[in-house]
Amino acid sequence: MTDTLTPVLTAFWDEPDSFTIDGYRRHHGYEALPKALAMEPDDVIAAVKASVLRGRGGAGFPTGMKWSFIPQNDGKPHYLTVNADESEPGTCKDIPLMMANPHVLIEGAIITCYAIRASHAFIYVRGEVLHVVRRLQLAVAQAYEAGYLGKDILGTGFDLELVVHAGAGAYICGEESALLTSLEGFRGLPRNRPPFPAVEGLYACPTVINNVESISSVPSIIANGSDWFSGLGTEKSKGYGIFSLSGHVKNPGQYEAPLGITLRELIDLAGGMLRPGHPLKFWTPGGSSTPLLTHEHLDIPLDFEGVAAAGSMLGTRALQLFDDTTCVLRAALRWTEFYQHESCGKCTPCREGAYWLVRALERMENGQGTDEDLEMIPDVGGNIMGRAFCALGDAVPVPIISALKYFRDEIIQHQKNGGCPFDPAASTAWAV
Amino acid sequence: MPFSEETLTRLKADAAEITGRYPRARSALLPLLYLVQAEEGYVSDEGMAFCAEVLGITQTEVRGVASFYTMYKHEPAAEYQVGVCINTTCAIMGGDQIWSELAEHLGGDPHNDGHHDIKSPDGRVAIERLECNAACDYAPVVMVNWEFFDNQTPQSAKQLVDDLRAGQHVTPARGPSRLCTWKQANRILAGFGDGQATEGPSAGHASLVGLKLAKERGWTAPSANGSDESPAAAGKDTLGKESS
Repeated sequence: MTDTLTPVLTAFWDEPDSFTIDGYRRHHGYEALPKALAMEPDDVIAAVKASVLRGRGGAGFPTGMKWSFIPQNDGKPHYLTVNADESEPGTCKDIPLMMANPHVLIEGAIITCYAIRASHAFIYVRGEVLHVVRRLQLAVAQAYEAGYLGKDILGTGFDLELVVHAGAGAYICGEESALLTSLEGFRGLPRNRPPFPAVEGLYACPTVINNVESISSVPSIIANGSDWFSGLGTEKSKGYGIFSLSGHVKNPGQYEAPLGITLRELIDLAGGMLRPGHPLKFWTPGGSSTPLLTHEHLDIPLDFEGVAAAGSMLGTRALQLFDDTTCVLRAALRWTEFYQHESCGKCTPCREGAYWLVRALERMENGQGTDEDLEMIPDVGGNIMGRAFCALGDAVPVPIISALKYFRDEIIQHQKNGGCPFDPAASTAWAV
Repeated sequence: MPFSEETLTRLKADAAEITGRYPRARSALLPLLYLVQAEEGYVSDEGMAFCAEVLGITQTEVRGVASFYTMYKHEPAAEYQVGVCINTTCAIMGGDQIWSELAEHLGGDPHNDGHHDIKSPDGRVAIERLECNAACDYAPVVMVNWEFFDNQTPQSAKQLVDDLRAGQHVTPARGPSRLCTWKQANRILAGFGDGQATEGPSAGHASLVGLKLAKERGWTAPSANGSDESPAAAGKDTLGKESS
């Protein structure tokens, strides 16, 4: 019987030097690396495939399969880009991971590069987290000094340069093709696919882009075996993951557990909801781009299939919880404003559609909405979804469409009421 | 103002180090923009001209990139840039109230268009609204020069701004013991560390809630050979077992 919580990546974050190379080595850090370097690169890919690790950045694409798409013996340089641009509203796992345990990411990146035959890798970290940038810079310098990076790593003849690259404030750069465009020194605009990055990525060369947590999971798979990893989790969603609780809950924070844990279990672990008598009203399973769920969904398994069956997506396991003091329309409006702000402007449906939705939602929240607005919202939403180059566009209507699905009466109530029936002061952290 | 010869020499040496990190020089544009922002506090015309010259591209190409990313300032920034997260979770947990009270505290209009910072009359502090900064478990969050000030209230945020204006030391919740200036922060983003990485905690309290609970209850990841002891999970905590 597996324990309810299974700390692996978070296992020693409570030690004062967990972010240093010594702290990491004390917990068997860099022991997976020589093991991987003694294997054939294809065998490393096979091991990650066999573990059934699926991408931890939201989409859940099998990591080993992504690696296997990199053409071999093509004469081109290959690249690894770690997506550390964590910006999806609600998502707050990679930032504490890189602050407390950056070396597990570096070890994972080295193993990945060896597997995909890359000799240059980048950690594209969002810029707005200065201390995380410092910790990454220190960890990379320590890894070079220890001979884990640079020329002839551990005497194997394998060379690797790893660069920490700070983004500059653009949510869109968390989208993999926009990230590559940004890393090439341009505005962060997404690209149409195909060609996929595995064929034409950075500098039009084969490139793997993986989330921080995905890459950080690799050392544990190599060290403990594919079966160890796939022995955790559920039938199709293997392994462990960090679940991030935020909002109206007593002890928000990071809980590392096998995939498939339920929100009911997590809220219980977190000491219950914040205020007595104020139950859970709505929540996101994996950030603002995943459709809202309600108290009806407390017992669904938080794995890729379970959340999909409930009509949403596991996403980044960014569980933002809101109790009944919260106006769902205010929440949906704010997320839509976010998408409007962050739309790169390349695709008309996303750029204009987000603008239209914000205007309509503002009217509704202020009690000036009309029946026409109510009809227009799903129409505009439907004209954005599937009509933009990247997933940002698909996400724009998600908050309001899912809010309407569960809380249509409350949203209409704004109209009848001539304004929002909720008091924002009642939902703050300091409201009794 | 054009850079002095001495400044140019220094910037060119730094720029060479930055471009040397990348297989293709153009990739260095974002860190180069941080480099010039570290020099002047914002990305000036001269700063953009410098980047263009280093990379052999036009100033228009540089401006096109600089204007896309919100972390580049196009007018002189304050010494301390205070950002209040107003994305949904922080907003609802009190970020909206923090923003309004802070804006009024500095004599600004909380309902401005959102594209301009509100500066204190002495120019030391400017406040702006931020989107999600990946610290939702510490909501509501305020950042100063991109360091975390967790679990803020309107009172604590106003105190923070007053302290900054008075030139007092303030310590981020998860960051170095002493806050660096806006210019220094940009230099770190350009890739030049300030030697403060080992300061501050490994993790904040919210980052540790799950681990703490697991230790109390003796929960671990399974080991590779199926026993309870996991090399990755640091073993069971006997004290914790007693308390669970």
